[in-house]
Amino acid sequence: MEDILNAVVLLSNFVVVPALAYGSQLALGALGVTLIYGILRFANFAHGDLMAFGTMFVVMATWWMQGAGLSIDPLPTALLALPFGIAAAVAVSLLTDRAVYRFYRRNKSPAMIFVIVSIGVMFLMNGVVRMVIGPDDRSFGDGARFLIKVKEFREATGLSEGLALKLSQGLTIAVTVAVVVALFRFLQKSRTGKAMRAYSDNEDLALLSGVSPDRVVLFAWAIAGTLATIAGTLYGLDKSFKPFTYFQLLLPIFAAAIVGGIGHPVGAVVGGYIVAFSEVTVTYAYRKFLIYVAPESWRPEGLVQLLSTEYKFAVSFVILVVVLLVRPTGIFRGKVI
Amino acid sequence: MREVPRAPLCFAVMAGLLMLVGFGQSWSLALSIFNLCLISAVMALGLNMQWGYAGLFNVGVMGFAALGGVAAVLVSAPPVAEAWRVAWSDLLAAALALLASVAAIVAARRGIPPGGLRMAVTAFLLLVGYGAVRVFFDPAVEAIEAVDPAKTGFLGGLGLPVILAWPIGGAVAAGAAWLIAKVALGLRADYLAIATLGIAEIVLAILKNEDWLTRGVKNVTGLDRPTPYEVDLRDSAGFQDFAAGFGLDAGEASTIVVKLCYTGLFLAVLVLILVLAQKALHSPWGRMMRAVRDNEVAAEAMGKDVTRRHLEIFVIGAAVIGMAGAMLTTLDGQFTPGSYQPLRFTFLVWVMVIVGGSGNNWGAVLGGFFVWFVWIEAEPVGAWAMDVATAMLGEGSSLREHLLAGAPYMRVCVMGLILLLVLRFSPRGLIPDAVHRRAGH
Amino acid sequence: MSLLRGEGMTGGYGGADILRKCTIAVEAGEIAVIVGPNGAGKSTAMKAIFGMVGLREGRVVLDGKDITGLSPQDRVREGMAFVPQTGNVFAGMTVEENLEMGAYLRTDDFSGTMEQVFELFPILKDKRRQAAGELSGGQRQQVAVGRALMTRPRALMLDEPTAGVSPIVMDDLFDRIVEIGRAGVAVLMVEQNAAQALSIADRGYVLVTGENRYSDTGEALLANAEVRRSFLGG
Ligand SMILES: Nc1ncnc2c1ncn2[C@@H]1O[C@H](COP(=O)(O)OP(=O)(O)OP(=O)(O)O)[C@@H](O)[C@H]1O
Ligand SMILES: [Mg+2]
Repeated sequence: MEDILNAVVLLSNFVVVPALAYGSQLALGALGVTLIYGILRFANFAHGDLMAFGTMFVVMATWWMQGAGLSIDPLPTALLALPFGIAAAVAVSLLTDRAVYRFYRRNKSPAMIFVIVSIGVMFLMNGVVRMVIGPDDRSFGDGARFLIKVKEFREATGLSEGLALKLSQGLTIAVTVAVVVALFRFLQKSRTGKAMRAYSDNEDLALLSGVSPDRVVLFAWAIAGTLATIAGTLYGLDKSFKPFTYFQLLLPIFAAAIVGGIGHPVGAVVGGYIVAFSEVTVTYAYRKFLIYVAPESWRPEGLVQLLSTEYKFAVSFVILVVVLLVRPTGIFRGKVI
Repeated sequence: MREVPRAPLCFAVMAGLLMLVGFGQSWSLALSIFNLCLISAVMALGLNMQWGYAGLFNVGVMGFAALGGVAAVLVSAPPVAEAWRVAWSDLLAAALALLASVAAIVAARRGIPPGGLRMAVTAFLLLVGYGAVRVFFDPAVEAIEAVDPAKTGFLGGLGLPVILAWPIGGAVAAGAAWLIAKVALGLRADYLAIATLGIAEIVLAILKNEDWLTRGVKNVTGLDRPTPYEVDLRDSAGFQDFAAGFGLDAGEASTIVVKLCYTGLFLAVLVLILVLAQKALHSPWGRMMRAVRDNEVAAEAMGKDVTRRHLEIFVIGAAVIGMAGAMLTTLDGQFTPGSYQPLRFTFLVWVMVIVGGSGNNWGAVLGGFFVWFVWIEAEPVGAWAMDVATAMLGEGSSLREHLLAGAPYMRVCVMGLILLLVLRFSPRGLIPDAVHRRAGH
Repeated sequence: MSLLRGEGMTGGYGGADILRKCTIAVEAGEIAVIVGPNGAGKSTAMKAIFGMVGLREGRVVLDGKDITGLSPQDRVREGMAFVPQTGNVFAGMTVEENLEMGAYLRTDDFSGTMEQVFELFPILKDKRRQAAGELSGGQRQQVAVGRALMTRPRALMLDEPTAGVSPIVMDDLFDRIVEIGRAGVAVLMVEQNAAQALSIADRGYVLVTGENRYSDTGEALLANAEVRRSFLGG
């Protein structure tokens, strides 16, 4: 019995908690991608770099606040700095829309042109981020490290396995729940939210109903910039801030959006967790787990790891391909144009 | 009509720019840039076939280039006999296990009607097969990587002349492209883009982590060369006389001559591919391809097998990219998986094609030249500009130092700017494709 | 003086002119019907009146005011509403949300109007929480018409409201449209079921290759032997 409990705690510690946190970060990223897809109808390749851009401002504001002695200990200062990053990301999103995307929208350019344009924007943001803060790892987390410590957990439960919950993980999950609830309330209940859904559903009819496309697009970018910054900051607090990692997040984020059904907000959230849980379960080494649950004679010799962590991209990719082959509209029947 | 006067003019300007580097900086540098321009042009030609001819959105250029690069290693590196000796039996067993599982899966899929049962059996066999392969393969890997890890630790290659790796690199990339195409073609354009983005990341992960095959991030250096070595030239009496005839010292002359040898080889490849590409584009096959691109629905209605055409062009384009990748690794003389960055190897090639003029082979070549040139020269120019701009901050200023450190990334911004400006003001590129208006509005 | 009038409309989608000197008008409280073969330009004429197709020549007048230069959104503000032939509901949104979107431009309380729509189409009240995409074709047309009514338009334009609707529901739908007309709204509609539509029409237009072939009262067109033979199938 105790073995089983230990096994459960082990899995929670190394699979469930990390996957929940990572899944939340992906969900927030995928929501931004799916929103832009629903409203502007293209896959935004600059989203990863937008995340890096917003997070960069959070990092710099955090440093400044730390220098000025501002703190909300035990919570990380980055939380206090978040509004600055959000403001910067929203501003740059609106600016690029105005200077770049709007032209193609007015010309009704094909979606692929938008994608190529977003690659140009990606280059720009990529360069700016590296010029300002450099390509290296930056840490900006402070405050308490843990909500639950391994040792305390062990002492409290008497189990030999411990469960740790980092503050950044708890924060990620809590903030994600809050943001997702707020966003869904906005989309479901507010006039503008409904207009956005209507525009995404049937652009022509939305125009006939008097919805102003500029307003809808403005909100889409503002929300995407906000979500990107929050996702990037939470990811940075949980792991660390490195611009290139954010670019690489593009793949799991796209996978999450597509699995859920692109253009579909609920799908993006579900997709985020599906991708995260698949990645973590496939790359986890089950040796210790099996020692707890399997009979003595079955003790594995190796790590019993299906795939080494370096291949986590393969997981996103396989999920992507399976969805495209089996159900191209995604779980929630998103848009297939 | 506009194509006729414009193309030669663009190429003349390009030649002028390179001369400027020759006179202003050094001829050796100008040649280095030119060589990479040639490789870039080949890469851009490959992508242009996929995007410009067929409208296939491949964002996995990096993966195909890296496959070409690894081919250069596997063809030219000397085999590591010791590694083969310690691991051959396990490798053989692993290969047999792989074959057996593939056979079992194929048989099961033939025997069982489509449905849940078939999927379950396939999944089960996949898992068992994967386990069985790993049982033999893992010890083999361990044994191989233990063989003199500081120097080898991998199986080595075939020990053949590296130039053979160029066509072989193309073939390897083509094979991978065929597999991908079987799965991903026929998808919507942006899904194909995301799928290829993933493939490239996976290829890179394999090359970085499968040390038994590529030495991973330990890199493979000192690859065979298709050209003479500078040292040999310098030491030969005949060459010293030859160099003296031009009034150069042997050291300087030897680097230039070696670079010229590469130039000759690359130019030959570029011309060959360009001629073939032009011929293909104006053949019935090329016309059909363009018909498919410009109106998929109509082409399908006319009985053209769109997916089949797409598959062909995807594979051919990937082969050209793979060949360029092999050429690049040959020029570097080493294989360093860590140096493959999507920005440089995928998206930069995209900028080349769009800036040059998608659908036009000459445009792709010019784009390759121009964009590579800017990419290289923007770095010193950016550093210089930043230096001048921040001079008033004074020597010790930390802001100035910070800005100077960031200056190398200015070229990334410059690329983004070029791409956006071209898309906006000359969406068909520097040398537009005379027949089509894909990027137009 | 008609409430809504497209005069001598000439234009198309950028290529050749689809409409040629086409004139369509409807009075307040009246129903006007456009009939004609497929591809005649009926939908194009509707879009032109609603400002979704550019006109090279001619003008559109609403209640004496020239609105030729207005955008579709502004025409909604002026009291026009349009139910297009295809894609006329928000498939992913509930019936109620569809109606709310119809009232998007209204800043006053529109719950009364929604009640009126539910009175007109009782089935929609039962299905108010269901996604419009999950309704039957006939119910969907009711949602589409209901959405257009939410702005309380002076002029309602319907492009084939009975497409894909069973005969019984169609009769019902025509009855509702007559009701809407009686309430003082100018109704302009395109119909494939020409005979039935002309029977409820105060005014009818037969459009062929973008030109007015016949214009008369609905009754007169129904009585016209030539119209019957060529356009009403005998
Ligand atoms: N969006 C468009 N772009 C270009 N041409 C169009 C467009 N829509 C319609 N057309 C053309 O305009 C002509 C008239 O089409 P329209 O839709 O007005 O016909 P209609 O009378 O409504 O036919 P139906 O009874 O089939 O609905 C047709 O020849 C059609 O091909
Ligand atoms: Mg019509």
